[in-house]
Parts: sequence; structure tokens; C-alpha cells
Amino acid sequence: MKKELKFVVNGQTYDLWIEPKTVLVQVLRDELGLKGTKRSCDSGSCCACTVLLNGKAVKSCSILALQANGKEILTVEGLANGTQLHPIQEAFLDNWAFQCGFCTSGQMMAAKGLLDENPDPAREEIQLAMDGHLCRCTGYNMINEAIQDAAKRLQTQEEQGGAK
Amino acid sequence: MKEYSIIGKPTRNVDGVAKVTGEAVYAFDMTLPNMLYGKLLRSPHPHAKIISIDTSEAEKLSGVKAIITGKDTPGGKWGLWRRFPELCDQTALAMDKVRFIGEPVAAVAAVTEEIAHEALDLIAVEYEPLPAVFEPMEAIKDDAPLVHDDFENNINTTRHIEWGNVDEAFKNADYVREDRFSLSSQHHAPMEVHNALASYDKGSKRLTVWASTQSPYFLQLGLADALKMREGDIRVIKPHVGGGYGGKNSTMPDSVNAALLSMKTGRPVKIVFNREEEFTTTEHRTAMDIAIKIGLKKDGTLVAKEVKLITDGGAYTGLGATTLYLAGTFVTFPYKTPNYRYDGVRTYTNKMWSSSMRGFGSVPAVYAAEIQLDRAANDLGIDPLEIRRINAMTPGYSASGEYTVESCGILECIDKMGKRVKEKWNDLGEDEGIGFASFAYMSGGIFNWIDTPYAFSGAMVKVNIDGTVELFTQASDIGQGHNTVSVMICAEELGIGMEDIRLHPADTATTLADLGAWGSRETLMNGNAVRAAAAEIKKMLVAVARMKLGENIVYDLVAKNKRIYLELRPERGFSYYELVKDAIKQNDGEPLIGIGHYTPHNKGMISPAYGMGIQAVRAKVDRETGLIEMKDVLVVHDCGQPINPPAVRGQVEGSTQMGLGYGLCENMPTDNGLILNPSFVDYKLIRSRDMPTIELMEVPTYEPEGPFGAKEAAEATTSPGAPALANAVYHAVGAEFDSNVLKPEKVLNAIRAKEQKGKA
Repeated sequence: MKKELKFVVNGQTYDLWIEPKTVLVQVLRDELGLKGTKRSCDSGSCCACTVLLNGKAVKSCSILALQANGKEILTVEGLANGTQLHPIQEAFLDNWAFQCGFCTSGQMMAAKGLLDENPDPAREEIQLAMDGHLCRCTGYNMINEAIQDAAKRLQTQEEQGGAK
Repeated sequence: MKEYSIIGKPTRNVDGVAKVTGEAVYAFDMTLPNMLYGKLLRSPHPHAKIISIDTSEAEKLSGVKAIITGKDTPGGKWGLWRRFPELCDQTALAMDKVRFIGEPVAAVAAVTEEIAHEALDLIAVEYEPLPAVFEPMEAIKDDAPLVHDDFENNINTTRHIEWGNVDEAFKNADYVREDRFSLSSQHHAPMEVHNALASYDKGSKRLTVWASTQSPYFLQLGLADALKMREGDIRVIKPHVGGGYGGKNSTMPDSVNAALLSMKTGRPVKIVFNREEEFTTTEHRTAMDIAIKIGLKKDGTLVAKEVKLITDGGAYTGLGATTLYLAGTFVTFPYKTPNYRYDGVRTYTNKMWSSSMRGFGSVPAVYAAEIQLDRAANDLGIDPLEIRRINAMTPGYSASGEYTVESCGILECIDKMGKRVKEKWNDLGEDEGIGFASFAYMSGGIFNWIDTPYAFSGAMVKVNIDGTVELFTQASDIGQGHNTVSVMICAEELGIGMEDIRLHPADTATTLADLGAWGSRETLMNGNAVRAAAAEIKKMLVAVARMKLGENIVYDLVAKNKRIYLELRPERGFSYYELVKDAIKQNDGEPLIGIGHYTPHNKGMISPAYGMGIQAVRAKVDRETGLIEMKDVLVVHDCGQPINPPAVRGQVEGSTQMGLGYGLCENMPTDNGLILNPSFVDYKLIRSRDMPTIELMEVPTYEPEGPFGAKEAAEATTSPGAPALANAVYHAVGAEFDSNVLKPEKVLNAIRAKEQKGKA
């Protein structure tokens, strides 16, 4: 029997009826068409499907969509402000922190979760926070550099009293 | 070095914004209206006769739209070695028998993935299990069961390479040693699994396939052979691809069965492998046993090398025959080898087949060669860098008809490495060591086993009246950044901005054939084609400018900064945009189109050019636990003229990660043909915290055959990680290895063996 799911995704309120067994990534990709969030292992072991749930990074293949009921989700599609990219996106671009791009949205969402909590992480802290995120292209170092670069950009933005 | 406007400058990825906003579409993301979901029923047996398949129960399931088995297929066989029909051994579904665990025997299309899955359980297959063979050395025995009846002793293919007088040279050598190594397989583990969406148009009888592929052209050919259709009736489109690394060259059952089911139902059909299918039923790196013998003079000069190897081919050919050839070639690089003999054998076994993976052939071969070279240096009392320097190839070096190496910066790379190691790593602690390994790889293959009648790469440039450019190329960007490289090359040649160019990549219906992204061929081969296409346009615009200027014919004109002008009098010239308008208007509106193509000629048997360099790994070994900590990596690299430096660095970093993974933790253990670790939990990849820092130093050279002097970049760097790591462990604690995957128990055993040897 279907159950009601009311939640906010990227600032937009949704009211859906879904099968209780549906996992969050299915709702995001198949119901809402937000295909920037990827599925890669479907077993919670690669983190490609990471989104923010009330600001915390979660693997959207490993939680039921109903666990997001009444909560706020941020996906990669909600990261930019219109056509203005988020500093994390800019930093990923300038540091070549992606190649094929398939793990990138998960990496960036986790980076946002990390930087919101710890605005100035050391390399080891980034490695620890990002350790679950598999990337077969970059070898991780350039992702770590991008996250450090993003931290600086966010710092500058805050000092200048810029947008969120 | 020449200063360019765009080439060599750090440039953002042209697909970057799409990729960081989640808008980049992968085949994995695609659906079509009225689409069905396909699933494959797979064999649980490594080797068995199919007695019967009963699909009647499954067909009754509501939502099931089609089920096919081997007898419903056109029976077309395919493979990448199209010049040798006997090696074209793949089929859409097993016909009479299955040859590995996971071989598909039936395909289902249903309205949902769940129903398709459920239907698989309702198909009854009766098998008669046959004796199976899993190890190459067992497979070649006379009494071994045959994987393919026509291949005696399960020998899929052999390769002999020889030059000089090997026996004589060994007789005259001061020092001879022989070593044996056993190298494991490795999975590409791309983040995007294999998947394909096929749509057959009943009216026109044409097929369109969107797939996660490295080569739309290879897939078009594979589908044509499998479906017994004309190539031209099949259109393959490659959207963004979530990683390939050599694992998406072959035409696989996902795309072929999606096509067959679409042709049967008249509806689009999509097949997506799950992660377990990805690990167990897609290609992987070729495991091999290597016997390698070298003869040297006292001073360390290499005089002879002899290599014998046998590879574990698995059930079909894939690109495994090429692997055999390349292993025999790159085991000699980047050293002068005056006398050389190679014999390689690829065997069929009852396992998923092995094929190409980044640095294919070279990675296991270089492991053996680079560890052995260190052992020889140690015996002769020569420094490991010095023995590499003594034997390094020099520009123009030629190995008797096989290959010629024009641009060649290996000596400079070794010298630079020596200096940097002294400077940066002069503080080695207890149980810490440094290991070196050289590397080299091709810039695309010359061999044409695919038997294409087309140029190896083609490109087309169409210029609109406002000067904007449409660039059409079939080259495959699978993440390595080639889309950016092709736009950079086009913009540099025309002297315009990258923002003036719109790229239309990788669609077989609208672009000229290109063999795809394997063997590091796109930068050199497609780069040359793109440059030639743009040069055609430049030639037309220069003619118009020359006419307008009315200058002496000997004056040279250049295209730069969106102008075409006299090189020595830059103020005399015209805007590019103005010249485009003039060129179209004055020629009765004839479209401004340039076509370029490239095929290597007079460049030997292997490749038109070779990238190369040397890597060093600093590692610390825990004598108590056997754990290796990789502390830092240095890479000195000659890729000719780097086109886009951060992309080159990204390739070096990523390939080093794969190479270190091969050395440290990645392998695919099997039990009676069953792969035991088909998930990211059990297949250990290098993760963020495992990854050492990497310092990359470029030694730019100019490759005359490459676009703007460019050549292969950073496929070669997949090879040195594993042997450099093993050499570092030897340097740290004296432990020796004859295989890769230095797991703690192996390290501890090797340390104990060394201690025993010390006592004895």
C-alpha cells in the first residue's frame, strides 16, 4: 500500500504517494527526474548517490524515501544558485577534480556536508570524511585539493558578506 | 618551446559545467517513452551443455513482453579481431553450451525491471555439466577439456617476436638471470556499469543504440556482425561515459540483447548490468605467468632479453589477443634491447574472459621487467637509477622493424628523478624504502585487426556565417578529457576561441569513423584529424585574406587572436569573422566545410609515438603486521607537448591510483570459475585515505608525428606503481616478491623468508 511522502527537495515542496520499500535515490531519479544523483553499487559501498538530508550527507540508496518525510533534501541540482555555480562546483572545475563525472555529484554533496561543519579542514580530515567515496578516475588528490580550494572560496565569500 | 594561444594552457573541461551541475546525461540516465527493461539469465555452471530451455512459465507472467534464447538470435558471431574470423567467438546468448559462470543463456524484456527479474526465475534451463578447466597451464595439457572444440590444447592465439641473435648474446653476456612472475587480473570497476538502450525503428528498419562504450565504431561493427545487419543501418551514440579504462571496448551482451529485444517487441529496450554482473561478466585485466631472462654486461648494459608468457584468456577473445602482442612489446620499453625473443600464448579457460585494461599488456609485463632489473642492478652493484640510465632509449631508437621511437625524453626523466629524490627524500626513516620503475606506452596502435577500411580517425569542421564552428568527431571522451583536447586543437589551428566552437562528438551517423578511446590513441590520432580539418578551413580563409591583401606570394599568413594576418606585419590582416563571411559570400554560398583524417604510415608495427617516464614510490613497511604505507610518489613524465596540463596531471594521478591498486590490493580470486569478490565491499580499491601524494614533473619534448608535438599521456603511468612499490618494499625490508597484490600476509611471509635466508 502506498504511503504519503511530504518533503522539500532543493527548496521545492513535494507531496507524493510511494511504495514504502522505495529507497530515496529511486524517488529522486525516477519520480522527480533528478538524475544528477547517481547509482553505482546499490549496496551503500561507493557513496556515488550521496545527497544532503537536513544538511547531513547520506547515501540515498541506503535509506528509505519515507525516512526523508518532513525533511529537506539537497541534491547536486540544488547546489548552484540559478546560473551562478556554487564555490564547490567552481573549485571542482578549476582543480580538475573529476574526469568521467559519475561520482562527482556525490563527492560535491559530501564536500558541502563537510565544509558546512568544518570550514577549514586539513588534508587528513578531508581524506577521512571522503574515504567512503570511490572514484576510479582522479586518484583523489585533486578532489582533496578542490575541497581545500572550495573552503578558501567560501571563506572569502563569507568575508565579503556574499550569498549563502 | 613554441608558445601557443591555447595549447599547453590550463583549460577547464568543456563538459565540466554539465558534470558539476548534474546535467550531464549518461546512457545510465536515459529512458525513452514506452521503454522496456531487459534482463539476462546467466549460467551457474562454468562449463555445461544446454539440454533444454523452457520459457513457457515466464512468458505467462504479466508484464513480460519478450523472451529470447540462443535459437532466437540470428547467430552472428563477433569479436574485435575481425581480420581473423576464427577469433570472432562471441555470441549474443549461449547456443549449445556455456563456457563460464555468468554466460547469458536467455534475455527477457518486461515493463518493469522487477518483472523482468521475476521472469528470470521462471525460466527452466536443463544443463549437463562438463569438466571445466580454470588454469592456463592445465588448459594446454593434452587431456584438458576443450573450451572451444576447434582450438586444440585451448590455445586461443600465440605470438612470436624476435630480433637480433639472442642465443649468441646470452653466451657472451657477463651476467644472466632468469625470474618467474605470476600476475593477477584486475577489474576496471568503472563507476557507471555497462548499460545500453536500443531502439529499433520498424518503419525504416534501422537501429539506434545509446551505450556506455569507449568506441561507438567498434560497437557499430559488433552489432552489425551480431545482428547480421548492415553497419549503416545501425547508429551508435555515446553519451557521457562514467569510466572505461579499457573495459568498454568490446561489444557485450547488454547492447546486443537490448537490440534483439527491441527488434522483437518494436519498443525501446534498456539493459543495465548490476554491480555483481559488472564484476563477474565484463572483461578484466589479463592475468599471466611470465618467465623473463636477461643478459647484461658487467657495467649493466642489457645485451639480451627472452620472455615467455602464458595468459589466462577465459572463455572468449575480446582484446586479449592484442594484450598478448603488447605484453611482448612493452616488456622491452623504454630500454635499448639489441637482442630479443618473445613467445606468448593465450589460453582459453572456463572463466569470464580477460581483455584490455589501461596499459594493457604492459602492466604485468613491466612488473616483471622492472623488478628483475632491480635484482640485476643489486647483484652487479649498480644503482637502480643508473642501470635504467645506461639502458635508456634515445631519440630515433629503432628495434628492428618493430618500432621506432622518435621523441624520447626518458634520459632527462631519469636524471630529473635522481635530483628530485636526493632533494626531497633525504630523510628516510627505519623500514622505509624507495622503489623505481620506468614506463612507456603507445599513442594508439598501428595494427588493424579490426580491419577498418576507413582512416583511423576523421573529423569535420563546419563554419557558420557568423564564424561559429561546428566540430564533428567520433572520438570518445570517456572522462579522460578528449572533448576538451579536440576543441583546444581546433581553436588553436583556426586562431579562434574555444567559445566559438560547438562539439558534436561520438555519433556514428553524423561523424567520421574513429576507432575509439583505447591505447591512448585519441590525442595523437584524432588530434591530427581535427587539426587537419581545421587546417582546411584555415587554408580557405588564408586564400581570401591573401587576395584581399594583394601581397607578395612569399609572405606567410597566420591565424591567431581571431585574425588572419601577415606574420611579419601583424597590423596587415583581417578579422576571422569578416573572412568567414567573405569566403562564403564570394563562393556562391558554398558551405565552408573542412574534412581531416589520419592514418599512421611508415611508423613500424606498433605505434606512431610513445609516451614515457619514470616513477618512484616511497613506502614504509610495518614488520609486525606486514602493512605497507605508501608515503609519497614522484613521477617524471614525457608526453611530448602537454595539450592541457591539469588534464594530464589528472590522468597521471588516476592511473597511478590504479597501478598502486594492482600492486597492493586489487585482485579477483576465483573458486572453480566463480569470482569470489564481486562487490565494492570485497574488491578492495585504493580509497582517499590510502592514496599517497603525487608530485608530477613534466619533461616536455616535441613529437613530430603528433598534433602540436603531443603524444600519449599517462596510460603508461598505470604500469610503474606496482613494481615501484615492490622495489620500495625490497629496499625497506629486503622482502622479495614474484607476484603482485602485496597483502600483509604476503609481505610477512616474504620478510620471514628473507630472515631465514639470512640465517642460512
